[in-house]
Amino acid sequence: MSTTIKDTQKMIEDVLDAYPEKAKKERARHLAANDPTGQCSTCKVKANTKSRPGVMTVRGCAYAGAKGVVWGPVKDQITISHGPVGCGQYSWWSRRNYYNGQTGIDTFGTMHITTDFQEKDIVYGGDKGLDAALHELRELFPLAKGIGILSECPVGLIGDDIEAVSKRVAKEFGIPIVPVRCEGFRGVSQSLGHHIANDTIRDYVLGKGKLERSTPYDVALIGDYNIGGDAWASRKILEEMGLRVIAQWTGDASVNELGIATKAKLNLIHCYRSMNYICRHMEEEYGIPWDEFNFFGPTKIYASIRKIASHFDDHIKENAEKVIEKYKPVMDAVVERFKPKLEGKKVMLYVGGLRPRHTIGAYEDLGMEVIASGYEFGHNDDYNRTYPVMKEGAVIMDDATLHELEEFTRRMKPDMVGSGIKEKYSYHKMGVPFRQMHSWDYSGPYHGFDGFPVFARDMDMTVNNPAWNLIRRKK
Amino acid sequence: MKAIRIKDHNELFQEQAYLDQFENKREFEAPWPKEKVKEIAEWTKTAEYQEKNFARKNIKINPAKACQPLGAIFCSSGFDGTMPFVQGAQGCVAYFRSHLNRHFKEPLAAISTSMTEDAAVFGGLNNMLEGLENAYTLYHPKMLAVCTTCMAEVIGDDLNAYIRTAKEKELIPKELPVPFAHTPSFVGSYVNGYDNMMKGILSAITTGKKGEPNGKINIIMGFDTYTGDYHEIKRLLSMMGVDFTLLSDASAIFDSPNTGEYKLYPGGTPLEEAMDSINASATIALQQYSTLKTMDYIRKEWSQKALVLPPIGVKNTDFFFEQLSKLTGKPIPQEIEDERGRAVDAMVDSHPYVHGKRFALVGDPDLLLGLVSLLMEMGGIPVHIVCSMGDKKFEDEMQGLLAESPFGSEAKVYAGKDMWHLRSLMFTDPVDILIGNSYAKFLWRDTGTPLIRMGFPLFDRHHLHRYPVIGYQGVLNLVTMIVNRVLDEMDRKTIDTMSFDVIR
Repeated sequence: MSTTIKDTQKMIEDVLDAYPEKAKKERARHLAANDPTGQCSTCKVKANTKSRPGVMTVRGCAYAGAKGVVWGPVKDQITISHGPVGCGQYSWWSRRNYYNGQTGIDTFGTMHITTDFQEKDIVYGGDKGLDAALHELRELFPLAKGIGILSECPVGLIGDDIEAVSKRVAKEFGIPIVPVRCEGFRGVSQSLGHHIANDTIRDYVLGKGKLERSTPYDVALIGDYNIGGDAWASRKILEEMGLRVIAQWTGDASVNELGIATKAKLNLIHCYRSMNYICRHMEEEYGIPWDEFNFFGPTKIYASIRKIASHFDDHIKENAEKVIEKYKPVMDAVVERFKPKLEGKKVMLYVGGLRPRHTIGAYEDLGMEVIASGYEFGHNDDYNRTYPVMKEGAVIMDDATLHELEEFTRRMKPDMVGSGIKEKYSYHKMGVPFRQMHSWDYSGPYHGFDGFPVFARDMDMTVNNPAWNLIRRKK
Repeated sequence: MKAIRIKDHNELFQEQAYLDQFENKREFEAPWPKEKVKEIAEWTKTAEYQEKNFARKNIKINPAKACQPLGAIFCSSGFDGTMPFVQGAQGCVAYFRSHLNRHFKEPLAAISTSMTEDAAVFGGLNNMLEGLENAYTLYHPKMLAVCTTCMAEVIGDDLNAYIRTAKEKELIPKELPVPFAHTPSFVGSYVNGYDNMMKGILSAITTGKKGEPNGKINIIMGFDTYTGDYHEIKRLLSMMGVDFTLLSDASAIFDSPNTGEYKLYPGGTPLEEAMDSINASATIALQQYSTLKTMDYIRKEWSQKALVLPPIGVKNTDFFFEQLSKLTGKPIPQEIEDERGRAVDAMVDSHPYVHGKRFALVGDPDLLLGLVSLLMEMGGIPVHIVCSMGDKKFEDEMQGLLAESPFGSEAKVYAGKDMWHLRSLMFTDPVDILIGNSYAKFLWRDTGTPLIRMGFPLFDRHHLHRYPVIGYQGVLNLVTMIVNRVLDEMDRKTIDTMSFDVIR
């Protein structure tokens, strides 16, 4: 074992010292010093297990995964937060899944629609009210292409049968009514919510859309939620390559697109964590191959374009090279402008989904080094994809706590941290440059050729803003 | 080399390449014909649609309210060294923290007991025990303030027994204050959560503390998300020479200075002072609807004078100072009288731009009562008043207030209604100005009515919460916001005409 790994392991042990015995033992399994070669047996983290009570996990719940991530962005379906008023309020348009359409008329993305459970619903059940709510929505929003019922905690606890209500009303309305059992107490994190949402797409809408004609170049763009317009920037590249994106999941998605993805020749998946389930299903049931790609930063974009093109004929392969040739000068100019200001800066990441590994290349394009990275709700397969792309001795964190993030920051002294809104302002207080890497801090897109210049600009403004120097630190 | 122009989403997606992409994507969307969308859009503006909209009983669309535990967390985080501790599912706490982070642009620590399926079956005792031990050992709080999510409420967790067990097992020290409150999300809203937690904390930590009167006045702010108000009340009471205890001083945690150090507990009401609050000569609440149970408790159990004196608007602030002066025997100082004079001077100067303007308002009960009072004081006409968390009591009180002024005659109060109801009202009976939180911007977009951002949450403008809305200084701030929004809109509308005046 190398000294770098040993040093990191020692630091992790020190940080763990603050925990009571049981929590310490458990948390130790989720923190590791990275070994990119995979030879060190103690350098792998345990993942996708319950958070310890009381440690201040950053994680959310199944509802957040199903409503906030997967179903919420589907633009022409009404998404009901079924239960008390809070869940829908707190997740109201906070993920910026951009879409085109007229809100409240033919699209519903920025709306907060809830059955607003009262005590009587808990006592007598909410099914009757739900049935009536569906009818009222149908009256007011006749252009809705579907209705999703996203269950909050009480629904599962009081034994409501939302499936029966959905079935009955769907028949009456002739549109999909999708019951999603994503009560927040299910599973250990957002992750189960993604899975449940994938399953309901499979059961209620997949294969049911209309597509007039097909071409050999039809692909589906899966696992891009169009945060700040990401999916649009990615789609632009695919279209310039000569591919026909017949479905975009689920950023700016329509119910129809959820239905026709089964007609794609290839499924292209960006956020593996949240949508690998449906890709595997389409592979098994419809024989559609799928491939992962990474559109963060030029190095990964070029490699991904070539990888995607390799599934197609020479025509697409030639286009791929042309696209790379077209954008390379712009990418080089971006690197030339920002790299001198960011070279050698150390980054700590603690995010979700694909970002803890996918953004590493983009930072490296700018000469920055990711010294620690972790997932809120990753599984083993996410970490197996992460170990090789990080340096030896880097810190790998699973389900990190406020205590751990703070302590690692003190000891490793990153030049910037990328994480979420709950972490953001404690870093501001510490005087550590910080960027929200869930929402792009209300900026974006960060995907694709159009996204990288924005990413580079944002990292520069974060690391190099002069206001950080005004903080008067106590000696 | 010529610098490349970097376009983010604000500009990028206006480019022709993207506009073409969007148009071409419609092939796969099975969209409604554009004429149909237009037809329905027009229909939603009609009286017929409004009738359907108001007939709904079972679904809320864009309500301006959130659930109890948010208020409980807000309340407990204002006590020094206190860690909010939530028995229930962990996603809720992630949401509460994010919501408050986004409004204040400040960090907030809060604990969850991460209850999952097994807790749903067996109860949350083990989660509570391990949670208390971990939270105490790791984050060293002086007090753990327990509230609940709806999960713990539905399965009926016995908080009192669980906390006692944790102490008996010596997982946390016996002397550690661990007050609790039941805060079911399916009852009321965050104003009730604030109330329940405040009552829970006060009743727990003042037990056995009844002693000599300390001559102080307790001040309870209520669910007040303007940090400027906390600084303002301290300034005013100090100016008047009143000895006071601010119960839950949220300004410490939600308005802490940047010192290059993250402090988990940056201050707040000292626990010793909070424990001694039972010995004060009186308690004044600056909000009514977030302190109903607490004030009732203080009246009955502490036998203290308990007055509700919300100081928003001139008359309300006058009444606040009169009562405070009566209560303490301290005269109202000339400086405060001067502040009043300045606020009234500003109202007189600005009245031509507010008099006769028609307003729609949506928000929390106490803020609405204050704003309506202020608007009528300078000739504004409240028209649609929507309070999603409002009840019959609020409706009656607002009606009473409106009846006091001729400017209140056009108003209708909509308790329990939401912003989709308000959308209909604003189409069928348009107003000049809308007052509401950040989510009201969708009403601005749909109806074109200029929005003044007030209340909670304020996500899309920075630092508004740092300016007080209470007292005479608050009047000045509110008047400034209102009149300048009117003038901004006037400029926007007259930009191509001779009325684009430089002196107004």
